[in-house]
Amino acid sequence: MAALMRILALMIKEFLSLLKDKKSRFVIIVPPLVQLLVFGYAATYDLTRVPYAVYNEDSGGAARDLLADFHGSPYFHRVAVITHQQQIAPLIDDRRALVVVHIQRQFSRNLLSGRSGSVQVIVDGRNSNTALIALGYVRDIIVAFNLRWDNDHHITGPPAQLVTRAWFNPNLLSRWFVVPGIVGLLTLVVTMLVTALSVAREREQGTFDQLLVTPFTPLEILLGKALPGFIIGMAEATVMIVAAVWWFDVPLLGNLLTLYVGTVLFVIAAIGVGLAISAISATMQQGLLGAFLFLVPAIILSGFTTPIANMPQLVQWITLADPLRYFVVILRGVFLQATPWHLLAGQMWPMALIGGLTLSTAAWLFRHRSY
Amino acid sequence: MSAASAISPITSATDILELKNVSKRFHIGKREVRALEAVSFVMQPGAVTGLIGPDGAGKTTLMRLVAGLLCPDGGEIRVLGIDAAKDPQSIQSSIGYMPQRFGLYEDLTVQENLDLYADLQGVLPGDRLKRYEDLMRMTNLGAFRGRLAGRLSGGMKQKLGLACALVRGPRLILLDEPTVGVDPVSRRELWAIVYRLVENQGVSVLLSTAYLDEAQRCRDVVLMSEGRILHQGPPSQFTQPLTGRTFQMHVPGITKRSLMRELGGRPEVVDAVIIGDDVRVVLSRAPEAQKQVTAAFSGAVLVAVPPRFEDSFVDTLRVGKGEPPPTPSAKPAAVLPAAPVAIVKTIVPPPKAAGAVIEVKNLTKQFGAFYAVHDISFSVAPGKIFGLLGANGAGKSTTFRMLCGLLPISGGMLRVAGHDLRTARAAARGRVGYMSQKFSLYGNLSVMENLRFFASAYGLMGRNRSRRIDEVLGEFGLSAVADMNSGGLPLGFKQRLALAAALMHKPDILFLDEPTSGVDPLARREFWHRINALVDAGVTIMVTTHFMEEAEYCDELAIMAAGRILSMGTPAQIRHSAATPANTNPTMEDAFINLIESAQRKAA
Repeated sequence: MAALMRILALMIKEFLSLLKDKKSRFVIIVPPLVQLLVFGYAATYDLTRVPYAVYNEDSGGAARDLLADFHGSPYFHRVAVITHQQQIAPLIDDRRALVVVHIQRQFSRNLLSGRSGSVQVIVDGRNSNTALIALGYVRDIIVAFNLRWDNDHHITGPPAQLVTRAWFNPNLLSRWFVVPGIVGLLTLVVTMLVTALSVAREREQGTFDQLLVTPFTPLEILLGKALPGFIIGMAEATVMIVAAVWWFDVPLLGNLLTLYVGTVLFVIAAIGVGLAISAISATMQQGLLGAFLFLVPAIILSGFTTPIANMPQLVQWITLADPLRYFVVILRGVFLQATPWHLLAGQMWPMALIGGLTLSTAAWLFRHRSY
Repeated sequence: MSAASAISPITSATDILELKNVSKRFHIGKREVRALEAVSFVMQPGAVTGLIGPDGAGKTTLMRLVAGLLCPDGGEIRVLGIDAAKDPQSIQSSIGYMPQRFGLYEDLTVQENLDLYADLQGVLPGDRLKRYEDLMRMTNLGAFRGRLAGRLSGGMKQKLGLACALVRGPRLILLDEPTVGVDPVSRRELWAIVYRLVENQGVSVLLSTAYLDEAQRCRDVVLMSEGRILHQGPPSQFTQPLTGRTFQMHVPGITKRSLMRELGGRPEVVDAVIIGDDVRVVLSRAPEAQKQVTAAFSGAVLVAVPPRFEDSFVDTLRVGKGEPPPTPSAKPAAVLPAAPVAIVKTIVPPPKAAGAVIEVKNLTKQFGAFYAVHDISFSVAPGKIFGLLGANGAGKSTTFRMLCGLLPISGGMLRVAGHDLRTARAAARGRVGYMSQKFSLYGNLSVMENLRFFASAYGLMGRNRSRRIDEVLGEFGLSAVADMNSGGLPLGFKQRLALAAALMHKPDILFLDEPTSGVDPLARREFWHRINALVDAGVTIMVTTHFMEEAEYCDELAIMAAGRILSMGTPAQIRHSAATPANTNPTMEDAFINLIESAQRKAA
């Protein structure tokens, strides 16, 4: 009973010192919302309005039809029509055009006489990822043109045709892929900021000593410090999930309970890491620096932007210690695939393990960090 | 050297420093702090002028204004004939300024620090060698030129800082609290350097200090409080009105503590503090008051003693504000009510077993190869005040942190109320109160919220909790500020709040780490009145301090230096141990210097 009252008193104190301060109130409310909007709109792999230039040497109807397809596509935006070979290089060099479509002189005549015509596509390869995506779009337009041409001229097409249909994200919208990840990322950032400063602030101001000479046990201090972080972290995650569904229109297909079990475990792991960092730090500056030293690799290694399977084996092992890695899988699974509980259990227990280890480290450090 | 040999070759009186109606305000959040208000004075050339006052009086602001680092909101400052507001650059290039924390580079050697400052201040290479020789001779740092500045002791760092500030040979130097936290031996050396500068080179020195006893060492004193100048003049002018009003008093059959308390309640007594086995009193009017006091205490022995500067300070502030002693901090008396001192009634002395409450045997703390505390032993009997006295870095705080269970010990044994608090169950800590050096409170929580938190931390609940908080608010005069954020309170109030929080659960052992540092003399007196009341109620007190005169409040005292206890005993015993034929009645500071010097001789 007395222990419960003490924990409650510590929680009230933590909330008061967080919420009474205008700056820390700002830190937990404004940046996450701004980041959600910025990431939600800006972090996309989709290429739209690819700037392209046309170099058409053919005056025939087939070439006109093909170029009309480019013109009508929402993915392409014509920036120039050129008439000389020499004009190509400056356009690409200045990044005015990403793609130059060059139709050769004999194109229409060849097609009409039953032979194949060639289209040259020049792509700016400086950003290889973008170049490949643009090239893919070009290929799609040409394949569609081919099919239509064959159909109209009663030519038998190639014996095997590729028809693609994407599962879980039929329109391949990258927002569907990115936004659930952001839920995890921002929950991590806010929870870490709240907890990583909590002990460090008290050490810097000397109040932690005062706390240690009272009858508080390390476990009580741990709970009193962790619970406010937990409540804030869960609230933050909920706001993000709601925004993902209602603002960004990402479908939430799976079980909400599964999602929340994952969220609870993830927030606990994040609090554990934050408190452990905080318990090592002697000043707020060290706490903040420690939090960022953890946050940046944790985000890069989480598979949020780049697939973990692409990383070198050694780095893949390191990712096993990253709680965000597991939560990103859970988020995407529950949001887009309706992955059932039993398939996600393998992502749940590592987070619980990380949380348990870091929280006990933090509690031990409260009393044993000597300086 | 006599004062007559002091020469002021270049300057006339108004040249050095003149302030006219200077005011400066700061805004902290929504609050406006009036750091200086209508301050005017003229500094005497070729002498040491002391800028004296408690923390928050405006000393540092004044220094920074003179150095051209801040712009005044009103008034005019002329330094060496230059207007500080218009041309701060040329002032900075012609004076020496040593701020409170001088910017020594701890990873550079003594010599490298000197070179750096010589470069920064544009000292010509040809002049350097002789200048360095002079400075090294003056500061006695010659042997340590190759040592890293970070490895120097506190006193040596201050001397090096002073040498760096002097490297160009300025006509005016500003020293901001150069002696704070420095041990008495280094303090004496620093003063010797300052005197030599004045006498041999005609330098004018403006020196600020919170130690009132240093006022007597200045030619001219500017006494400041709350941003105003209370009085300016030679030190003798301050103490002169007190002649015949200061006595050392002693009444057979009454303990010094209860005598002090009773004296404190009398209208004719301005001040009463404990000195050794006696009580030192300052009376309001010379002959009548003496009669009244003698009549009130039968058998009282009053011995006339010369007045000290501190007496005049207390007299000026108390009488000036029409406040009877021993009411607390004179500071915000207009807005905030003073706290009555009445703790006795609320603390029921627990039945005490005989034997030591705190026991320490061969206690050692090592950080790597460095001994912060080296093999110390002492014990504290119940209901006594035990003091640890020493300079910064002597090992006092380390000892304290070990006793409170905040730091593991490297060797030896310690017991607090029969427990090692580091391993004891949480409940054992409930018997101990702790007040840390920085008055550690949650600055953005209100006074009420702080008290609520600490009350709950000590297991007070519901009606018990609110009753105890009400009691404490009343006792410590905090009711009027209950809803104010504790971070914005004046230091004296923070100190009271910290003590209130530490006493929330009525502990029977109280640890006080530098409880009065930075607090003005009136608040210090009030604080010790409370502590005395607690001891009378049976509480055991353990206290650290670097104020020599506060040692007198202790029943027993250990003097620490470099991690060791140099001497232990009652304050009188320690003082008498330093008695020599030349000095039959040494002060605590004399004893301290004596002990340190003999320890150094032994080591050498």
